[in-house]
Amino acid sequence: MIDRIVIAGGGQAGYQLAQFLRDQQYPGAILLLGEEPDLPYQRPPLSKIYLEGKSGPEQLAFQPASYFQRREIEVRTGVRIAAIDRHARRVHTACGQRIEYGHLVLAVGARNRELPGLGPLQSVHMLRTRREADELRGRLPDIRRATVIGAGFIGLEFASVAASQGIAVDVVDTAARLMQRSVGQPVAEAFQRRHESRGVRFHLASGTARILSEHGRATGVETSAGERLPADLILVAIGVVPNVEVAAEAGLAIGNGILVDERLRTTDEHISALGDCACFASRFAPNGRCRLESVPNAMSQARQLAAILAGKASRYEEELPWFWSDQAGLKLQIAGLSQGADSWVERSAGDGAFSAYGFSGHRLVAVESVNRPGDHVIAKRLLGTGARVAPEHVADPLFDLRHLLAATA
Amino acid sequence: MKIAIDTSKCIGAGLCVVASPELFAQRDEDGIVYLINEHPDPQQGDSAREAARLCPTLAITILD
Repeated sequence: MIDRIVIAGGGQAGYQLAQFLRDQQYPGAILLLGEEPDLPYQRPPLSKIYLEGKSGPEQLAFQPASYFQRREIEVRTGVRIAAIDRHARRVHTACGQRIEYGHLVLAVGARNRELPGLGPLQSVHMLRTRREADELRGRLPDIRRATVIGAGFIGLEFASVAASQGIAVDVVDTAARLMQRSVGQPVAEAFQRRHESRGVRFHLASGTARILSEHGRATGVETSAGERLPADLILVAIGVVPNVEVAAEAGLAIGNGILVDERLRTTDEHISALGDCACFASRFAPNGRCRLESVPNAMSQARQLAAILAGKASRYEEELPWFWSDQAGLKLQIAGLSQGADSWVERSAGDGAFSAYGFSGHRLVAVESVNRPGDHVIAKRLLGTGARVAPEHVADPLFDLRHLLAATA
Repeated sequence: MKIAIDTSKCIGAGLCVVASPELFAQRDEDGIVYLINEHPDPQQGDSAREAARLCPTLAITILD
């Protein structure tokens, strides 16, 4: 039995791993080290209702301090891992602590990708932490124009909130469509039309040539096409990079993230990894391995890693990836991974709500639903059970897809 | 104590049901939350508050 588990990372994965370890009756010591100054908290609201000012910091925290005391989970905030001494089984923190572990879990997540060549400038923001969300919340009431670099989920959720507050928003992206990494063409186009109807302007297939500034404060963006977009505030939302550096320096195998096996174990028997930082074998990913930046992935891996470390399970049984985003009054829910789809079939009820079914050849690999939670639930079952869904089934509006579920029962 | 849910925010994650199965359930047809009991007993207060904190879209509000 492992006597002491040290969890590096106080985000969704780290917090839920600690919670699930106690739920699994793990009796040993648990130490959770979080880099941020807060107790573990929810990130999704930071670009949605928290940014809008409709909820406060006290509603973000997963649990109050008393919860961790009651469950005997020691939490240390403001602690960043600087190095791992694998031989001595100790982590060294940036503030000089040396902490021994029986087993170490790297739940170190990812950090925002920075715009290359950009020096320190006022009015340039990013959005991943509560602090960054607080800065944006503070500025939104006073600005009239904003430019967002990056038309991914965070950039678009921010654009949506800003547009609701009457701010003129320009969004720039090098890709030819919105959410290009994660969403197929039909749904991307639907969202673009919806955002545009609310006044957001898109500059796609455009790079950022330079940030315009005066006296140390950013004043706008010049695109690669030479267009100048004046702005009171710039949000850089160009994705995240996994925090693999400490693992790499310690000699652990890395690739697109920290590599883990079917037990979520790194190349060191005494170190596991999960969540945004971990790259694992997946039957749902087009090339067999993936790293998922999502709350559902962190939850699923945390639950199962707790069972593995508590000796109740021997391997990670991968669950169907799923995701959601709220933008411009549209609820987007995605079941499966869209990157593998090469054709799309749409199914709609005629009221603006619809689902797009993504096929790789004749195999259904993803379903993107816009204001159709019923479709999403059925999609999760179809994809999770490997039901045979043909494009003709989807294209026929009178065919009830639930019949395909019964066929596999 | 009263529980309020905003079904437009719900994305069917099901964390509320795991935290508090005596108070929350999900609709079969779309996974959206519904309340089994809108006015829980005082002893159920802790698990109701836990469900509210764990919801990733903050769709649950506890009104004391």
